[in-house]
Amino acid sequence: MKNYYFSTKKMCVGYDNKPLIKDIEIALQEGESLCLIGPNGAGKSTVLKSIAGQLRLLGGTAYIGKDDLSKIRADELAKRMSVVFTEKVKVELKSCRDMVATGRYPYTGWFGILSEDDERIVDEVMDLTHITDISEKDFHKISDGQKQRVMLARAICQEPEIVILDEPTSYLDIKYKLEFLLLLQEMREKKGLTVIMSLHELELAKIVSDKILCLRGEYVERYGTPEEIFESDFIQRLFNMNEKNFFGNEKLLAYMKQIGKYER
Amino acid sequence: MQKNEKSRYIMAFFLLGACVFLFFILNICIGSVRIALPDVARVFGGQKSNETVTRILWDIRLPRATAVLILGGALSLAGYLLQTFFNNPIAGPFVLGISSGAKMVVALVMVFLMGRGVRVTSASMIFAAFIGAMLSMGFVLLMSHRIHNMSMLVVSGVMIGYICSAVTELVVTFADDADIVNLHNWSRGSFSGMTWESVRVMTVVVSASFLAIFLMSKPLGAYQLGDAYARNVGVNLQLLRVCIVIFSSILSACIVAFAGPISFVGIAVPHLVKKLLNTAEPIRMIPACFVGGSAFCLFCDLLAKTILAPTELSISTVTAIFGAPVVLWIIKGRKA
Repeated sequence: MKNYYFSTKKMCVGYDNKPLIKDIEIALQEGESLCLIGPNGAGKSTVLKSIAGQLRLLGGTAYIGKDDLSKIRADELAKRMSVVFTEKVKVELKSCRDMVATGRYPYTGWFGILSEDDERIVDEVMDLTHITDISEKDFHKISDGQKQRVMLARAICQEPEIVILDEPTSYLDIKYKLEFLLLLQEMREKKGLTVIMSLHELELAKIVSDKILCLRGEYVERYGTPEEIFESDFIQRLFNMNEKNFFGNEKLLAYMKQIGKYER
Repeated sequence: MQKNEKSRYIMAFFLLGACVFLFFILNICIGSVRIALPDVARVFGGQKSNETVTRILWDIRLPRATAVLILGGALSLAGYLLQTFFNNPIAGPFVLGISSGAKMVVALVMVFLMGRGVRVTSASMIFAAFIGAMLSMGFVLLMSHRIHNMSMLVVSGVMIGYICSAVTELVVTFADDADIVNLHNWSRGSFSGMTWESVRVMTVVVSASFLAIFLMSKPLGAYQLGDAYARNVGVNLQLLRVCIVIFSSILSACIVAFAGPISFVGIAVPHLVKKLLNTAEPIRMIPACFVGGSAFCLFCDLLAKTILAPTELSISTVTAIFGAPVVLWIIKGRKA
């Protein structure tokens, strides 16, 4: 068996003891990125929340390196894994820098006071994520695109080995979407991060991921490289689209087929 | 920037501290009998002075002012905790019916015990109030599980408050006449009739809770980011939630046991203090809320004693006059 950095064995996830998706097998090497795709309600967020330790696994195991995820202590896990979720954060009177600094939580002492080292790391990360100029702005008064950047910076401040992102590009316009993904790729290269995220934009998932996990209801539809996923009419089947849906609209039909193809 | 922030905190704490000091002194000097400062100084300096003045100062004014200082701080802190817990700016022990729940159980216990000629100790009062606070809190928590709409949560809290107050009224009406006057005053909220024994008990309870809450300021800060992020940075959410519920209930219980339910302090003060400090960080808000609550209550109690002297207003009347507009201000600010 190869040494994978992150892997799952027969992982089963769901809410309130009701299994939603069974037998999830993921294997990622350090620095690789995995994209979860699938129709709305297919359980992408559930899988991500389970991997992030927010939901208890209903079966199987997830490993970081050789360690069983469920056996790692919460404060230890916090130093290895961080998250960017879709939920809007409601905070008061916090500057962007304050927000980024909350990522230092696992490293600070009892009262959470930042040391000089912590301050330096916060500054560095803000510089890396190109948000130094909005450092003192109120977190509530910046754009959605900037907020996502700040949340990513917060996650990176945690100095993780792996970052989990739930639809990080959903509320962003096309420019911010691309900028955000570019930043994420940059962070992967500079910090050697392993990334697991869900994306709605298939054409972007195709470009930015090493592995793709296709979810659809109760089971994993397919797991593989983008080449393996974007072939023939698999995407059409995954999202349950067929030619009849388009009532002969040639342009949309062509678009649908285009998305399902892999070219490099 | 950093230096600016620091001087702002120092200024704010200095201002709040000065208010506490000023209102404390005024509370001691002013009352049904006005006592001049030199006389006060003479009494506390241990010099010989008028027997009546000494008695008034030592047995009435000083314990009362001290109690207001402690309970006012506790009330504001309880409000801050509940606002953080429910992520709702107008949550507080009074609005959520926690004070009224505590009041009801205390009234039941008092009437029951006094009817049998048993003396009621402060500790047992706090305990009874704690049971009542937990009952209301439990109910609010149950409701908050079902409904996620914050305004509905407040509405259900207000309803619980009405039910508990009705039961209290009923009990008080049927109590023996001799006790009614006392009980009636208390059930409307009042700082009068504080004894040193009560002050001792509340000092122990409130300072222990304050310390515990202050020690929780780091996880509380992470909790403000929401469940997912708090859990991600390693906060034990369940434990934290239990701690918040218990300590806010203890504080609310302590206030109700000694002074009855007092409205609006728990909402207004944390909000004003937040504006003053220009931060929502628990490590600064916790002590500032306490000092701010003390100052606010000392000020209100001073008015309650003096406006219609010799008749004393119920403390909630005064706190509402100054507190309710702040609530309206918060709501208006939300919409904008």
